Amino acid sequence: MAIKIDTPLSDRVVSSLKAGDEVSMSGVIYIARDAAHKRLVSLIESGKDLPFDPRGQIIYYAGPTPPKPGQVIGSVGPTTSGRMDPYTIPLLEQGLRGMIGKGYRSAAVREGLVKHRALYFAAIGGAGVLAGQCMKSAEPIAYAELGPEALWRVEVENFPAFVVYDIHGGDLYEEGTSKYRATEDLK
Amino acid sequence: MSCVDVRRIDVSEVTDAVHKLCMKVTCKLPPENIVALQRAMEEEKSPQGRQALARILENHRLAGELMQPACQDTGIAVVFVELGQDVHMCGGDLQQAIDEGVRRGYTDAYLRKSVVDDPLFERINTKDNTPAIVHLQMVPGRSVAITVVAKGGGAENMSGLAMLTPASGAEGVRKFVVEQVRKAGPNACPPVIVGVGVGGNFETVAFLAKKALLRPLGEANPNPKYASLEKDLLGEINRLGIGPQGFGGTVTALAVHVEAHPCHIASLPVAVNLNCHVAPHCTAVL
Repeated sequence: MAIKIDTPLSDRVVSSLKAGDEVSMSGVIYIARDAAHKRLVSLIESGKDLPFDPRGQIIYYAGPTPPKPGQVIGSVGPTTSGRMDPYTIPLLEQGLRGMIGKGYRSAAVREGLVKHRALYFAAIGGAGVLAGQCMKSAEPIAYAELGPEALWRVEVENFPAFVVYDIHGGDLYEEGTSKYRATEDLK
Repeated sequence: MSCVDVRRIDVSEVTDAVHKLCMKVTCKLPPENIVALQRAMEEEKSPQGRQALARILENHRLAGELMQPACQDTGIAVVFVELGQDVHMCGGDLQQAIDEGVRRGYTDAYLRKSVVDDPLFERINTKDNTPAIVHLQMVPGRSVAITVVAKGGGAENMSGLAMLTPASGAEGVRKFVVEQVRKAGPNACPPVIVGVGVGGNFETVAFLAKKALLRPLGEANPNPKYASLEKDLLGEINRLGIGPQGFGGTVTALAVHVEAHPCHIASLPVAVNLNCHVAPHCTAVL
């Protein structure tokens, strides 16, 4: 059964969630991927303000398809998170409390999650239609010229995701894989 | 057939065909892929894996119903053209005609534009998903088969190639393929489809691996030795435990397709091209 959580994330919620938990998320989240991250981190490095206050917030790694007439947003499943690893620590230092994507994170990011008390969630890769239907409003707040790589503020309702890395060192990918692994020489 | 009996096809017909294929390729997924996902749902032992598969199946059903892309990554358009050698393409440039079809299709179907002009320095989005990557192959006959693959970046990035030596043999190929899927883990959106090329040379083996992904899902290699290799690889990959979305489980791949080609006495090239479970591609024949 999915655990209902609201954004921004409180420290109590962050601390209570464990790798493998399924959550149903509601509230505001921000969408950004490669090119937007490069710009966000260069703002941080030059001491400038970000286009949004990251404290307690969640970034969803995604690049939506254009909305059809009458739609809030198009298809918007997660992209591979590892590409954002080099940009993640500075954002955690600014108070970011969660990221949603798919796939492995680097050791440095996993340590950063524990240190800064933040969570990494996986959404279902390739299920872009379902993800889009959870979004009740969407507005690009910066970098519109980047097209699908713009920075968006979206309001989600019951957005499904799984906790992959928690702040206690839990790792859904490792735990899940070792449970079902049946190849002796790879153990 | 006499040498003057040449069929003329105006390239605008190619544009129209590519346009139509782009309109549906990411929404209407190949029916055999849906069947494979349903079978995976029955076979998967992990509850989280089944949960992920149920969402994926629901998503893909809705995509077809709403004619909306199943996945937001609607790819770079990879277009395979099998050009009958008795066809004369006229009325314009073939690459431009294909690009025009991609431009119209990606715009009219509200697909994402995911191509940047320069790969290394400027990386500016071309805003119409062109240019397409075109693979042109001459074949006997008077028809033209056009296949559009909307190849996403996630699974593509997890692909790999190795120049093995003949002494490595089938065991070397097996190890490389399984290790490639293991390293990809959750990144390639499992359950994946594994395209494997064996033989040829450096550039041919990568092409073979991609071509292998076009074979209808679950259709075995006609050579029994390669069919048996495909079966063994699928079994071994599914024992890795990665499972749907990497959450742990017994279905990591839906199929393994191997394509082989003659090669040099000194060589044993092998390549792995991964496809996610969406695997959008479709074909039209002119």
